[in-house]
Amino acid sequence: MSSRILPYFLISPVVIFLLAFFIYPFVLVSQQAFQGDSGAWTLSNFQDVISYWKFPISLRNTLLLAVAVVPIQLSLALLMATMVSRMNKGRDLILYVWTIPLGISDLAAGIIWLAIFEQSGFLNSMLSGLGLIERPMNLLSYQSPVIVFTAIALAEIWRATAIMLVILVAGIGLIPKEYYEAADVFGASKWKQFIRITFPLLRPSLQTALVLRVILAFEIFAVVAALGGTLFPVLMGETYAYQFDLLNSGAAAAIALIILGISIAFTMVILRVLRVPKGASI
Amino acid sequence: MAEIEIKNVAKNFGAYEALSDINLTIADQEFMVLLGASGCGKSTLLRIIAGLETASSGEVWIGGKRIDHLAPKDRGIAMVFQNYAVFPHLTVFENIGFGLRMKKLPNEVVRQRVEKVAELMHIEMLLSRYSGELSGGQRQRVAVARALAMEPDVILMDEPLSNLDALLRMEMRAELKGVLAESKTTAIYVTHDQVEAMSMADRISVMHQGKIIQADTPIQVYRNPSAKFVASFIGNPPMNFLPASRSGTKWSVAGAKFTGPETKIDILEFAVRPEDLKSADNGICATVKIVEPLGAHLLVTCTVEGHLFRVVMDSDTSLKTGQIITLAPQANRIRWFDPETALAL
Repeated sequence: MSSRILPYFLISPVVIFLLAFFIYPFVLVSQQAFQGDSGAWTLSNFQDVISYWKFPISLRNTLLLAVAVVPIQLSLALLMATMVSRMNKGRDLILYVWTIPLGISDLAAGIIWLAIFEQSGFLNSMLSGLGLIERPMNLLSYQSPVIVFTAIALAEIWRATAIMLVILVAGIGLIPKEYYEAADVFGASKWKQFIRITFPLLRPSLQTALVLRVILAFEIFAVVAALGGTLFPVLMGETYAYQFDLLNSGAAAAIALIILGISIAFTMVILRVLRVPKGASI
Repeated sequence: MAEIEIKNVAKNFGAYEALSDINLTIADQEFMVLLGASGCGKSTLLRIIAGLETASSGEVWIGGKRIDHLAPKDRGIAMVFQNYAVFPHLTVFENIGFGLRMKKLPNEVVRQRVEKVAELMHIEMLLSRYSGELSGGQRQRVAVARALAMEPDVILMDEPLSNLDALLRMEMRAELKGVLAESKTTAIYVTHDQVEAMSMADRISVMHQGKIIQADTPIQVYRNPSAKFVASFIGNPPMNFLPASRSGTKWSVAGAKFTGPETKIDILEFAVRPEDLKSADNGICATVKIVEPLGAHLLVTCTVEGHLFRVVMDSDTSLKTGQIITLAPQANRIRWFDPETALAL
């Protein structure tokens, strides 16, 4: 086969896969979102979705969760990655243990945390066992939105910090040791080394980790469904409700595209903020 | 004043003895080269002085102050690394000023010092660039400038030129020597390249298997190697060795007679450098094996009684393979070694 055609031949399976399972469905969803019942092009689906009273609440909840969870995950992942990369023995074991939650589906993770927080859950048994409360409390109720929010945030942090950790550990491993030796000789403290060397040289990995994590944060669904149910509406939950409860696939497609738009916007911001100037990469 | 004293330093990695019994005094403003093959411990010794490794035992003193328990930044040293270690995310200016910023010097002082050393290293036009936009030679200049900007008592250099191509290395060698002499700092320079060592050093410490074999001026190390290892390591082509046996009051070497040292040992090793031999009527008989014309001179590889023997001759000499020649060594250049201890007599 001629060398001009060969590269295209080699990437063709991926291209076909992407066309069939990403581009084609995406075109279909866009079509549904921008078409009314009569098949005419319209923005009415978007108007319906946005004017519905639950939309601002679910948008706010989704953003709040992302804002609360992602920075904590980022700090934790950075701390854990720094610790792991300084270990000589047992490094792999620790890494495996920390990444176990990644192997659990998000619904299962939600149910695990439900088992902790529900009325007959571990937390209540422990508190009453210690004599701190007289009878088990209903923690996950509409009367205690802060606890619901905290439980969801905790479950998310527990479940999805490892995805950032793995990316950051790989990124830290790419930074040559000589930079730290030079920093030692030229008088940078360990904290300064982290701020002035590790952090800037980690920008490409931070970009990947943050983009991935933020996109996943806007798609949060199963953990919220398990712990908050209808108490804590989020965008993805609304999409589900439109599609399967209200059988309004046009509105579901519209809200899915809104989530896509938000994800793209945040991705652009992250890429911009953490960009590496030309010639400044390792 | 930054005299460096290394007292009884040893370093073990587990059971492996990387350094043992290192004693060395380096005078203020001296240019000391640690020379040896890879794995001889020269880099480990430099890193112990820098504080990047801890010695298993022994002391390191700089300027009359014991420093082996201090952090690298408190030792009054600066270092140039083999792979430059120029920070890729900082501009050349910020790289050179890195140590000064860590010392929290005022912006104006940092700017002045950075500009001064940048000019000295001829990189003043690169100050706003990133290291990804620089050539290897330019990065090396940045690394040296960063060390000089600290105005340290001691500059440590770990094979700084080994990643450069041959021509650039020669150019940088001369330039570095000039710059360091002008800066009046004490310098310790690690290399495996003997030409670099000979051309730059005030003194060379030849290291082998974790020990300093000889520490002396380049010409002394070359002319009067204290051990057979030094004689065979320094010089290209290396020194020739032949067995010598007692023959009356003289020593017999491949049939020729030479006046040797007074000693009780009956068998010695006779050594002479390839360039200290001339063809003559009387002397050592050698069979020519290979003739290599190198332009300036002729490198002739011979055998003498089965031993490899190299001679540097005038390029006008005409020789054929298989020819037998008679070689007379220059009497004052002959050296003798004890075959048991491998030390010079």
